[in-house]
Amino acid sequence: MHIPLDYETLRVIWWALLGVLLIGFALTDGYDLGVGALLPFVGRNDEERRLVINAIAPHWEGHQVWFILGGGAIFAAWPFVYAVSFSGFYLAMFLVLAALILRPVSFKYRSKHADAGWRNRWDWALFVGGFVPALVFGVAVGNVLIGAPFRFDSDLRMTYEGSLLGLFTPFTLLTGLLSVAMLALHGAAWLAVKIEEGPVLVRARAMARIAAVATIALFLIGGLMVARGGMGMAIRGVVDTQGPSNPLLSTSVGAAGAWLNNYTAHPWMALAPVLGLVGPMLALVGITARRGWLNLAGTALATTGIIATVGCSMFPFILPSSIDPRSSLTVWNASSSHMTLFIMLIVTVIFLPVVLTYTAWVMKMLGGRVTLRDVRSNPDFY
Amino acid sequence: MDMAVIELSRLQFALTAMYHFLFVPLTLGLSFMLVIMESVYVITKRPIWRVITRFWGRLFGINFVLGVATGLTMEFEFGTNWAYYAHYVGDIFGAPLAIEGLMAFFLEATMVGVMFFGWDRLSRVQHLFVTLLVALGTNLSALWILIANGWMQNPVGAAFNPETMRMEVTSFKEVLFNPVAQAKFVHTASAGYVCAATFVMGVSAIYLLRGKWTNVARRSMMVASAFGLASALSVVVLGDESGYALTDNQKMKLASIEAMWETEPAPAAITLVGLPDVAGRTTHYAVKLPYVMGIIGTRSLSGKIDGIEELVLRADERIHSGIIAYDAVEKLKVDRGNIAARAAFEAHKRDIGFALLLKRYMPDPRKADDRQILKAAWDTVPNVPVMFFLFRGMAALGFGFIVFFAMAFYCASACRFSKRWFLKIAVVMIPLPWLAIEGGWVLAEIGRQPWAVDGVLPTFLGASSLSVPQIWATIIGFTVLYGTLAVIEIRLMIAAIRKGPLDHHEPMAQTQGFAPLPAE
Repeated sequence: MHIPLDYETLRVIWWALLGVLLIGFALTDGYDLGVGALLPFVGRNDEERRLVINAIAPHWEGHQVWFILGGGAIFAAWPFVYAVSFSGFYLAMFLVLAALILRPVSFKYRSKHADAGWRNRWDWALFVGGFVPALVFGVAVGNVLIGAPFRFDSDLRMTYEGSLLGLFTPFTLLTGLLSVAMLALHGAAWLAVKIEEGPVLVRARAMARIAAVATIALFLIGGLMVARGGMGMAIRGVVDTQGPSNPLLSTSVGAAGAWLNNYTAHPWMALAPVLGLVGPMLALVGITARRGWLNLAGTALATTGIIATVGCSMFPFILPSSIDPRSSLTVWNASSSHMTLFIMLIVTVIFLPVVLTYTAWVMKMLGGRVTLRDVRSNPDFY
Repeated sequence: MDMAVIELSRLQFALTAMYHFLFVPLTLGLSFMLVIMESVYVITKRPIWRVITRFWGRLFGINFVLGVATGLTMEFEFGTNWAYYAHYVGDIFGAPLAIEGLMAFFLEATMVGVMFFGWDRLSRVQHLFVTLLVALGTNLSALWILIANGWMQNPVGAAFNPETMRMEVTSFKEVLFNPVAQAKFVHTASAGYVCAATFVMGVSAIYLLRGKWTNVARRSMMVASAFGLASALSVVVLGDESGYALTDNQKMKLASIEAMWETEPAPAAITLVGLPDVAGRTTHYAVKLPYVMGIIGTRSLSGKIDGIEELVLRADERIHSGIIAYDAVEKLKVDRGNIAARAAFEAHKRDIGFALLLKRYMPDPRKADDRQILKAAWDTVPNVPVMFFLFRGMAALGFGFIVFFAMAFYCASACRFSKRWFLKIAVVMIPLPWLAIEGGWVLAEIGRQPWAVDGVLPTFLGASSLSVPQIWATIIGFTVLYGTLAVIEIRLMIAAIRKGPLDHHEPMAQTQGFAPLPAE
């Protein structure tokens, strides 16, 4: 079979698509997670909480597929990354899964009994289902920036030399909180366009203001720590960007501060961190001016910018090793084969637009603000 | 390697996969039955069919969430617990999983929201179309998962690449049109339809026995009996057997199902019952039916069916050949340009997986002597008695469903489901499809042992480098979480069934402090 795109190009495309998937997940399911984490704080009684829940109820299921697709796509395009990250961050991954398993069940089952205790328990499950994944994803990204303690043997079998508690350092806790703040901000912004004016919306705006300020502050501190904290890797010598995907063939070395090098080499990449700062500011303007859509646009830009910052800072690294730099996974040594990358690209080019189209149709069909009147009268509501 | 890690990883995978598969079959079948019911509503415009669709839709919803929730675990478990497997075959195996997400799961999960929340926002035809998309999505989802699973049973279209130390795709078309995958999909999807039809029959029968909601129950049974009969026939006739003559490993599976130690000459007979004796390598008290095995296994009366002992000898040869390939790979690791090693590898690469079987006994397969190689060759025989009896149990249930639905089909016209003895049978039938389906999964997976991917990667090499306490932690965690959810799910199902197809458009009694109970 003739493949019209060369290996190097396909690898870069799939690196970008990895970013698209993560951003797609954060933009869609991200606000569901954020709303879940905000639920106990913006809704004070059952009716108010049902208002909040029904603002995301018809969509969260579709959004969660971004996460599943993320897993599948990493498996297909970056099998090394899939194998190393999920087995390495084993117990953290379990926490995320358990929390995410609780979430669908809570949505569905909460409404089945009117009993206050029953509903209260599911509300906490929804909070856990939003807060824990948001935190752990952020902690995981922090660990990716520092590097994870793994190495390969000559059969490319990976051993991981860390523990669950080892994942939590001051820096990774900071990235975890940044992730929570960012997604809570996004969730609050969604509520601002999706529910009617009233006490819940007032509280959501207040939460959004706090989250926006926290996002800006944590992003700035995080940036400083990346620059000064001794993180970073570089590839020594010439890289065969078309070469076989074998991490042991690479020549990566630790290089403190190297995560900033891309911004001098490719100044356009600085757009990502700029968006990460301008986005939350725009959201603040939107909140103050009561412009819901401006608020949401701001948080979408913030989310996109912050995630893209991580990718751009690290390129071509995807998952560095902190104990054996040679084992580090990069765009050039961790992908699947030339043919698989090509076939998966074709599939993505065909189906991703289809997915986006019907997602937009569904959003339109079920559009409009949710009101307390709906909550009281619509028999299909949770 | 630590065998405890491997056994625990297998235990966890079995627990999570079998639990996940409690919910999937009902989703597969009920989604299509909802399409049928709603179609009748759209065509006849009679409100009773709307009530029927919404009622079964409600039960579908309770079941669907757990299918989705537990599916999350499955998508990541290859990475968390089977990291070396994920590396070794991810180039092929990852693709169908990703395509499943993109093509099928997005569709069903996005549309299911509209299906539940769009009743008042969409026209009748639009809503029916949405329900159809949900059904299509769930079934396409099963197709891609079974393409992935079918590849583990019959790994076509891929070859080992010594430069990346993994299997890489050579022909995506072969992976896609893998005959084992196609047969598996038809078999598994039909089994899901049988499961849903039996469920609808049973629940409706409970209503009829109690004289409640008889209008809804009788009509639901009509749909279920027709749908169930077609599906029950499809499960057995288009059963899983068609692929068994393809490869050595598939033949081994067939031979162990039949407890056929020696090659069965043409025309091959089938063993109906017997008592397999592993130590003596024989089957006692075998009752055989002539000709049948030849027809099933080779679609002819002239083909012989290979027995276990002959297949073991073939595995022995392939291990010898695989060691040469293994040796060549070790040389290529040191010197990528070694031409002699490259040639040796090319000649024997088909068998490299067989050399890996020896890694159970020694780190370097090249040091094995003939006795150890023969021992490893005998490892390719799955657990014969388990296979033998599981298969017979599953097949008996399969034929049982045909009889049951034939009876139902007859009852539908002859007595309009008025015979109480039939209704009682229908209630008793409810759990049986699950039994057959879970048994079928175990049969397929045990039958593939010792391989994770037939002839390519032994299961014991596939696990992650985890510690025993880590895996215990997640096994206990999943068991507690899943157990709790199972209890809640069953109680909610029973509550929903007890409440019946009440449509909540009718005003409900107001409870103080809370809004009226919603439908979902």
